[in-house]
Amino acid sequence: MPSLGADMDAGTLVEWLVHEGDTVRRGDPMAVIDTDKSAIEVESFDEGVVESFLVEPGTRVAVGTPLARLTPLGAAAEEAPALSAPPAPGPAAAAASREAARIPAPRRPAGARIGTPPLRHHAAELGVDLTKVVGTGAHGTITRADIDRAAAEAASSGATSATPSAAAPPAPAAPGAPRVSPYARRLAREMGVDLTKVEGSGREGAVRADDVRAAAAGPGPTAEQAPVAEPGAEPRPVAASGSRATIAALMSRAKREIPHYYVAQTVDLTPLVEWLRRTNKERPVSERIVAAAAILKAAALAAREHPELNGFWLDDGFVPGDDVHLGIAVHVRDGALVAPAIHHTADLTLPEVMAALRDLVKRARAGRLRRAEMADPTLTVSDLGDQGVEEVIGVIYAPQVALLGVGRVVERPWAVDQMIGVRPTVRLTLSGDHRATDGAAGARFLNTVDRLLQHPEEL
Amino acid sequence: MSITPEEARAMVARAVRKIVPDAGVESVPPDADLRRAFELDSLDFLSFVELLVADSGVRIDEDDYPELTTTAGCSDLLVRRSA
Repeated sequence: MPSLGADMDAGTLVEWLVHEGDTVRRGDPMAVIDTDKSAIEVESFDEGVVESFLVEPGTRVAVGTPLARLTPLGAAAEEAPALSAPPAPGPAAAAASREAARIPAPRRPAGARIGTPPLRHHAAELGVDLTKVVGTGAHGTITRADIDRAAAEAASSGATSATPSAAAPPAPAAPGAPRVSPYARRLAREMGVDLTKVEGSGREGAVRADDVRAAAAGPGPTAEQAPVAEPGAEPRPVAASGSRATIAALMSRAKREIPHYYVAQTVDLTPLVEWLRRTNKERPVSERIVAAAAILKAAALAAREHPELNGFWLDDGFVPGDDVHLGIAVHVRDGALVAPAIHHTADLTLPEVMAALRDLVKRARAGRLRRAEMADPTLTVSDLGDQGVEEVIGVIYAPQVALLGVGRVVERPWAVDQMIGVRPTVRLTLSGDHRATDGAAGARFLNTVDRLLQHPEEL
Repeated sequence: MSITPEEARAMVARAVRKIVPDAGVESVPPDADLRRAFELDSLDFLSFVELLVADSGVRIDEDDYPELTTTAGCSDLLVRRSA
C-alpha cells in the first residue's frame, strides 16, 4: 500500500485493474485505492508478471502492507514485491523511479531519517525495512553498513522481511468485481451495506448510490460486518467519516507545525479579462479559457522564478521541487477536498493548462485520480473565487512550504494615473512557511504573478 | 430550426443534470441564480455552455454569459438565437 500523501496511513483496496498472470510494466495502472479522500489509480512500480494478490478488494490495510507479488520478467524463480512498498522509503524505492527523486518527502514519516535513493535501493534489494533500521551516521542517518547489519540480523533471526499479510491466503482475483462509484462506496460504508451483495444497475453492473440505498432498505446484511481481523488491517474509526478525518489530521498538522505568514496583493485583471474576451471569441466553447487557468499558469511561472517557495520542508531543511507541479485544490461534490497536481505546469501552454485543469477536476470528481498526481504537488493553489469569496487565506499542505489563495474576480474602483476607473481585479494571498522563507519572498512571488498577468498574451 | 420555449427549458434541464446528476432542476425557480443554485464553478459553467451549444446548435459567446444567469435567461437566449 503506497502512501498517496503525507497524511495517509492506510488505504482501502477498491479493485484490481489487472489479473493474476498478467504482465505489467512500470507505470501500468494496477489497482484502485480509496484513501478516504478519493479513489486513486495506482500504477506498478516494477515490471513483471502478477504472481498473486495478497489483499482482497474491500480490505483496508496500513501503508506499507504488500498488496501483490510480482515475478520479474525473465527471472521466474525470483520474487520481487511490486506494490509492497515499505512505508518509509516509498513505493518508488525499489524502482528508483523519477518520482522517488522528485518527492522524497511526503512518503517519509515525520522524524524518520531515511537514506539517499541509492541506500533505499540497497535496502530494497536486501529486503530491509528502513523504518526499523537504527541509523548510526550523522544526526542518526542510516548508512550502508546499518542496512547490511539489519539484513544480517534479519537473516540470523530467521525473520523474513517479506509480507506481513502473506499469512492470509491470497484472495481470489474476483475478476468480475463490480465497479462502484466513490459516492456509493462512501454511502455503503456509512450505511453498513456489503457491496459484494449489492446488485449494480449502472453500466456493466456498476453499483450506484441508489443501489446501495435499495440494499440498505431491504432485508440485507446488518452493519455488523466488521472486516475480518487481519494483521496489518486497521479498524476504521466509527465516528469520523473518511475524508473529514483525513482533512482534520492534515490541517491540524499544518497549523501545529508550520509557522504561517501571509502576504496579499490585489491585481488588476483588465489586460487578462480583455485578452480572454478577445481570444475566446475565436475558440470553440470546448477550448475557451477561464481566468483561473491563466492565474495558474502565472503562478507556475512565478514559482519557477522563486524556487524557494516551490518544494518541501523536510527534516529541518528545505528541499526544492524538481519542477513546478502545481497542486489544485478541488472540492468534490460529496464534500471531500483533494489537491492533485498538474505536472510540469510551467512548461504547458495556456490552452494545455486549461485542458489539464478541466481533466483534473473532472477526474477528481469521478474519483479517478492517479497516484503520482496525489503525491506530487510542489505548491498548491486554492481558488475559491467561484464560491464568491474575495480573499482566500489558506492553510499550507505540509510538507509544501507555500499556498496561493485566489479570490473572486471583482470589479473595484481602481486608481491609474490620478484617475479612478472600475477594473476587474483579483485578490491573491500567499501563505508561506516562515521556516523556509520570509514575507519578502512571498511578496516577490506575488509581484511576479502580478507582472505576468499584465501580459496575458505571453502566458 | 427554431426552438420552442419548452424545448429550450428541457435543454437547460438536461445540461444541468449532466453536470449535477442529482439536481432538482424543477424545484429551482426560473429566475434563481443558476450557478449558485446548482453550485457550478467556472469549469462547470463552461461545460454547461458547451452542452447547451451541442444540444441546440446556437452560438453562445462569452458576451452572452450575463444573460445565462438564470434558467429563464438561458431558455430565452436559445429561443431567440434559433429563431
